[in-house]
Amino acid sequence: MSAVFAAVSTDAPIFVAQNVFFAVVALLMVGSALKVVTTSNVVHAALWLVLVLAGAAAQFILLGSEFVAVTQVLVYIGAVVVLFLFGVMLTRASMGDDESVAGEKRSMAAVVAGLLLAVMSVALIDSFSDDRVVIDQPQLVTTVADSIFSQYIVPFEAISVLLLAALIGAIVVARRD
Amino acid sequence: MSEFLRSYLTVAIFGLVGLALVGAFLGLGRILRPDHPTPQKLESYESGVDPTGDTWSQANIRYYIFALLFVIFDVEAVFIFPWAIRLDAYGAFGLIEMGIFIFILLLGLIYAWRKGVLRWA
Repeated sequence: MSAVFAAVSTDAPIFVAQNVFFAVVALLMVGSALKVVTTSNVVHAALWLVLVLAGAAAQFILLGSEFVAVTQVLVYIGAVVVLFLFGVMLTRASMGDDESVAGEKRSMAAVVAGLLLAVMSVALIDSFSDDRVVIDQPQLVTTVADSIFSQYIVPFEAISVLLLAALIGAIVVARRD
Repeated sequence: MSEFLRSYLTVAIFGLVGLALVGAFLGLGRILRPDHPTPQKLESYESGVDPTGDTWSQANIRYYIFALLFVIFDVEAVFIFPWAIRLDAYGAFGLIEMGIFIFILLLGLIYAWRKGVLRWA
């Protein structure tokens, strides 16, 4: 991959560094993801998930998508994991180490994970095959802003209605206690 | 692109130095401090009273509403940041569009307030 970039760009050393960082972050992500599914404490699993999501944010930076990376940190690490933790803290009477969390039905989980991998691989290869995405410019937040406030202005306003519905739905559900 | 990634190299180095500092000081403390653990010393400190029960206890359901409210307004903030950067270009149009967006979400906050879920008692 770096050889391809070297042929078309004067930024060759940067692309080598980019690939090295990609590999380091990807290895960290895979390791953390394995810990998510093998740890026997659900809260620790959520915290390992933070590391996986932070790795995804780093990968977005490497692809030049600053806005997506910041959103990843703000929404996924900041909000979704908080919801996971609260969900666990509210519903489980005992939260300490619980061997059944990671041990039980491990083979079934492996089958489901394998199937999911196969389906996603087929879908990705089918839709992109050997298309090459050339990223020579970082995607600036101003570009994202301009597309939201021109082409996607109606979906943007629709999102507020979606969020309102989620908010009211959550209040209605949580009030029945 | 290289300029962009170089600027993030600074961020990466900053983070690594931060981690190294924490590791170095914790390691230094571990080497230097005396280590004579007794069961009393290993107990959690709880306002000077002997701790009771398990630390893994169930949380109050009320916290969940606040977490959910946070998620909603977190997503709202994600859209406000790019808007704020380009506000000078959008002018009144941008102000009105964001006004509508925030107003609709404000309805949710008013609903939560009227239903009394923001009250702790």
